Amino acid sequence: MSLLSVHDLAVARGGMRAVEGVSFTLDAGQALILRGPNGIGKTTLLRCLAGLQPPVAGRIQMAPDSAAYAAHADGLKSTLTVAENLAFWARIFDRADIAPALAAMNLQGLRDRAAATLSAGQKRRLGLARLLVTGRAVWLLDEPTISLDAASAALFADVVRSHLAQGGVTVIATHIDLSLPQAQVIDLTEYRANPGAPSARPAGFNEAFA
Amino acid sequence: MSIWEYANPVKFMRLSGAILPWVAAGAAICTVAGLVWGVLTPPDYRQGASVKIMFLHVPAAMMAINIWLMMLVASLIWLIRRHHVSALAAKAAAPIGAVMTVIALVTGAAWGQPTWGTWWEWDPRLTSFLVLFLFYIGYIALWEAVEDPDSAADLTGILCLVGSVFALISRYAAMFWSQGIHQGSSLSVAPGERMSAVYRYPLYLTMLGFFLLFLTLVLIRTRTEIRLRRTAALQAREARQ
Amino acid sequence: MIALLLRDLRLATRAGGGFGLGLGFFLILCALIPFGTGPDTDVLASIAPGILWVGALLACLLSLDRIFALDFEDGSLDLIATSPIPLECAVIAKAAAHWLTSGLPLIVAAPLFGVLLQMPAAANGWLVLSLLIGTPALSLLGAFGAALTVGLRRGGLLLSLLVLPLYVPTLIFGAEATRRGAAGMDASTPLVFLAAITLLTVALIPFAAAAAIRINLR
Repeated sequence: MSLLSVHDLAVARGGMRAVEGVSFTLDAGQALILRGPNGIGKTTLLRCLAGLQPPVAGRIQMAPDSAAYAAHADGLKSTLTVAENLAFWARIFDRADIAPALAAMNLQGLRDRAAATLSAGQKRRLGLARLLVTGRAVWLLDEPTISLDAASAALFADVVRSHLAQGGVTVIATHIDLSLPQAQVIDLTEYRANPGAPSARPAGFNEAFA
Repeated sequence: MSIWEYANPVKFMRLSGAILPWVAAGAAICTVAGLVWGVLTPPDYRQGASVKIMFLHVPAAMMAINIWLMMLVASLIWLIRRHHVSALAAKAAAPIGAVMTVIALVTGAAWGQPTWGTWWEWDPRLTSFLVLFLFYIGYIALWEAVEDPDSAADLTGILCLVGSVFALISRYAAMFWSQGIHQGSSLSVAPGERMSAVYRYPLYLTMLGFFLLFLTLVLIRTRTEIRLRRTAALQAREARQ
Repeated sequence: MIALLLRDLRLATRAGGGFGLGLGFFLILCALIPFGTGPDTDVLASIAPGILWVGALLACLLSLDRIFALDFEDGSLDLIATSPIPLECAVIAKAAAHWLTSGLPLIVAAPLFGVLLQMPAAANGWLVLSLLIGTPALSLLGAFGAALTVGLRRGGLLLSLLVLPLYVPTLIFGAEATRRGAAGMDASTPLVFLAAITLLTVALIPFAAAAAIRINLR
């Protein structure tokens, strides 16, 4: 039983198709790493998987309410403490216990600090700890290791591995080797929408315009 | 052959290009003839010559409301069936509607000064036209502010829907709030209220003229919008190659 | 949904949350009006209901752009949109938080500021009642405007332009109810209309605002 399967997906950014023909299937415990140069459409693809924007073509099969999305912005409120920030997201996802998430991302010592006083890497760790309180199986991660030092990145890789070991799946756009077991790799350069092809007409656009 | 065929921009461009000269000629003939005929009508026994401003005022006011209704229908078609021509037609119609509202307000003021003794009166009809003008301004401003054309079409469509509900409520709220001194409906056919045929026929002619004028302008503007979209699409493809 | 409401209330009351700014603006507005109109008691008493309603409406407008813009900037809105809470409920929670932090203080303060404007004491009850019924609609319509303009760089001014025409019916019936109360007449008819508009807003706007947010996020 696959947790996330994508068939012939095409996504658009700014009214133009970015990538097309993307297909993959993730079974429990599998990871997918997205690679490709800046602007190829990694973020757009992840937002599409998260349900934040509609695909131009193709199918995404995933149980409803099973994806957790983490992007460049961590969704932190600077006047709330670390524990308050995390407890808020836990309540949104109907969870109560934030202690394991704090422990996993090594945040216990910062528990009562206001988020405004955290460093960029500490904020990032808090943002990633949020994934643990969602209790969701499909993690969609957009450059998760940005502004993390080597030790924190390794810590995060451990968290992802234990998520996979518990039967979750993850799609990660990253350039860092997180040494994940059985990770599939997709280089989006191969799926770049060809501007000359008829299918690459401006997305969501009446075909007769172009 | 379905009407939705014309939602295809190429078919729309072909048809609109063919009928545009005829519509424009009809608009010019009806508007000029109607206005000249209107000026030549005898002065009213109570209002004197000032009654003749009606031949501008009534058609403009009628179009101001009907253009908003047309935008509402076009927005609904866009939101439900995703036809781009429909969204662009709504965008093209808005400034015309705003100008019609201004014409109605200004001609009304020019007529109200000698007749009611004031340029402006917080009468329900005047008030609701002012509110309608504010809605036009907000709608146009939202189109200008949003960069992505499809998002702009979606957001303005939603604003048009919500705005229609609240514009309608504002009209009835204004009737509750002030009794008003405005004339009854100009086109009323109730006995004793019906306008004399001397005025009625030139008025019908100018109304037809204003409708054709709107049709001319909205076709030209929609064609321009379609060409702009096509240019943007071609440039975007060029940039990627 | 309750969690979202509580978080917004906590954010508003913490340092830098802007709590009380609207109230300060309302006070200044009520203090400035007599400088503009002259201190004549009869003039002030006759315009007081309208001034208090317009003042409450403008004070409410001040904090509207914060409803979604801050959450949009720090990414919270993306995360809320992917959470189990329907976006429609999130709109209601955020509008409720705005009403509790901006609308409710204005309602409490309005009779006090009415004293500055020589409002007849008989109108106080009607003023508070009409504000209680009418201001939730102002917060919800404001949330709709904020949702339309959330992704825009210069959204603030546009927001006022979009929202103020939507406020017209609420303002008309709210001020009318207070005016009738001040004149010693029965104000129940405008109050019923006011309640009808608020109920319509509650029924309609969460869907429109949620749709606008979804469009702005994609």
